[in-house]
Amino acid sequence: MTPQEMTLFGKLSLYLSYPFVQYAIIVGVLIALCSSLLGVTLVLKRFSFIGDGLSHVAFGGLAIASVVNLTNEMWLVLPITVLSAVLLLRTGQNTRIKGDAAIAMISVGALAFGYLIMNLFSTSTNLSGDVCSTLFGSTSILTLTQQEVILSAILSVLVILLFIFLYHKIFDVTFDENFAKASGTRVELYNTVIAIVIAVIIVLAMNLVGSLLISALVIFPALSAMRLFRSFKAVTIFSAVFSVVCALLGMLISIIYGTPVGSTIVAVDTVAFLICYAIEFFKGGVSS
Amino acid sequence: MAQVQVRDVSLGYDNNLLVEHLDFSVNAGDYLCIVGENGTGKSTLMRTLLGLQKPLAGSIEFGDGLKSTEIGYLPQQTDVQRDFPASVREIVLSGCQGRMGLRPFYTKEEKALAETNMERMGISEFAKRCYRELSGGQQQRVLLARALCATRKILLLDEPVAGLDPKVTAELYKQIAELNEEGITIIMISHDIDAAVSYASHILHVADKVFFGTREEYKDSALGRRFLKGGEDE
Ligand SMILES: Nc1ncnc2c1ncn2[C@@H]1O[C@H](COP(=O)(O)OP(=O)(O)O)[C@@H](O)[C@H]1O
Ligand SMILES: [Mg+2]
Repeated sequence: MTPQEMTLFGKLSLYLSYPFVQYAIIVGVLIALCSSLLGVTLVLKRFSFIGDGLSHVAFGGLAIASVVNLTNEMWLVLPITVLSAVLLLRTGQNTRIKGDAAIAMISVGALAFGYLIMNLFSTSTNLSGDVCSTLFGSTSILTLTQQEVILSAILSVLVILLFIFLYHKIFDVTFDENFAKASGTRVELYNTVIAIVIAVIIVLAMNLVGSLLISALVIFPALSAMRLFRSFKAVTIFSAVFSVVCALLGMLISIIYGTPVGSTIVAVDTVAFLICYAIEFFKGGVSS
Repeated sequence: MAQVQVRDVSLGYDNNLLVEHLDFSVNAGDYLCIVGENGTGKSTLMRTLLGLQKPLAGSIEFGDGLKSTEIGYLPQQTDVQRDFPASVREIVLSGCQGRMGLRPFYTKEEKALAETNMERMGISEFAKRCYRELSGGQQQRVLLARALCATRKILLLDEPVAGLDPKVTAELYKQIAELNEEGITIIMISHDIDAAVSYASHILHVADKVFFGTREEYKDSALGRRFLKGGEDE
């Protein structure tokens, strides 16, 4: 080992001995796992824009929560985002209102009002720092309180269990909604549950990467897996592994080099996606 | 009582009326072909039969012990399916979803049913293959196997041979005819009037003036004669 590696290793083991870093890593891994699970559904059901819209709504919620000085912001942000998810899904299905336009309006509106509220009422001395960290996550993952850690862990485990039990329904509803409906599957029920789960995932992921980068966390694992695998099961499993590995790597890099957590994780995701893309290209080139 | 009874149904969207006063019935074991030009509302009729949308007027009843959830459906291909990562087995199995209610996992019987239907359609060897990498004819057989998992009584097929070459088309028609001989009711939308007349027991021709009757009646009708002749000219 070179001295440089020694210090890296020493630095890492020192950091990892702090409980708040351990919490951050546990929560980060759980959140990364959750956010990868519904990626395929989001991409293929053209729900990605709902995910984007919701992350802006969550930002607005967070702005309100921080202004009224809630001790745990999630109690406000979670219900607001879940409610918006259900509403957005409804408008998306209604052909009379242009679903996309409604979502764009809501999400941009929430963003604007969020910033406005923070600007007008915030007592913080570092407003742009606050806004920046809500948008990009920054160091917030390392400053989680124990209560937030427990809540995140419980929500993550719930999301994972729900996904396992709904796995086949999600496949059915995503692959061919009309067939599912015609053969008696309760499509509306499952769509609503999926929308709620997406909302929960987004609120969770805000802690890790901030609201602007959430889509990356949700979509990169699915897109990467779809480059390499051809069955829903394989794609789902690979997405989960991909997401967890990238999040771990990103968090370690950010701890060692002091880079912002959220953008480091997303950068690692992006590089890993490019690698998957290259592998597919190479394999395709060889086999054809 | 008939399996499907359609009474005085009108179809359309908002301010666009497509068909009025549709009356027909389908009995167990029938093979009904729905023919007509593009955009006359054939798919709309099928979606209405499936309960995916409501008719503007009239009523649709299911009888003869048929529940509205016991229908096997083969849709016109959608975009979602094209880039969906799914193996053949996963897709065929999903045909069992309708009967599962809230139960989360498949039973042994349902898995066996999927295997049986894959064999029936001659796609067992592709079970692990990716759906989107199959040929058009193979994909249609996968969707047929899925539809068979959803029903033992009635299949609704929306242009199952669209885009297939003549040889594969003939094979698929033969397989559908065999399913009909086993007692499964078939309602099929088709562009191909000649095939319709050679396989179907009944014809529904959707046009300005709607025709419904047996294929013999259709051959003798003015509408039928005109279109059958037109088919030969091409
Ligand atoms: N969801 C919809 N909303 C409004 N109009 C529609 C919709 N779906 C189809 N149409 C219109 O209804 C007509 C009939 O469509 P369709 O039933 O698909 O015809 P076919 O299957 O006979 O070719 C077409 O003119 C089409 O543009
Ligand atoms: Mg059609």
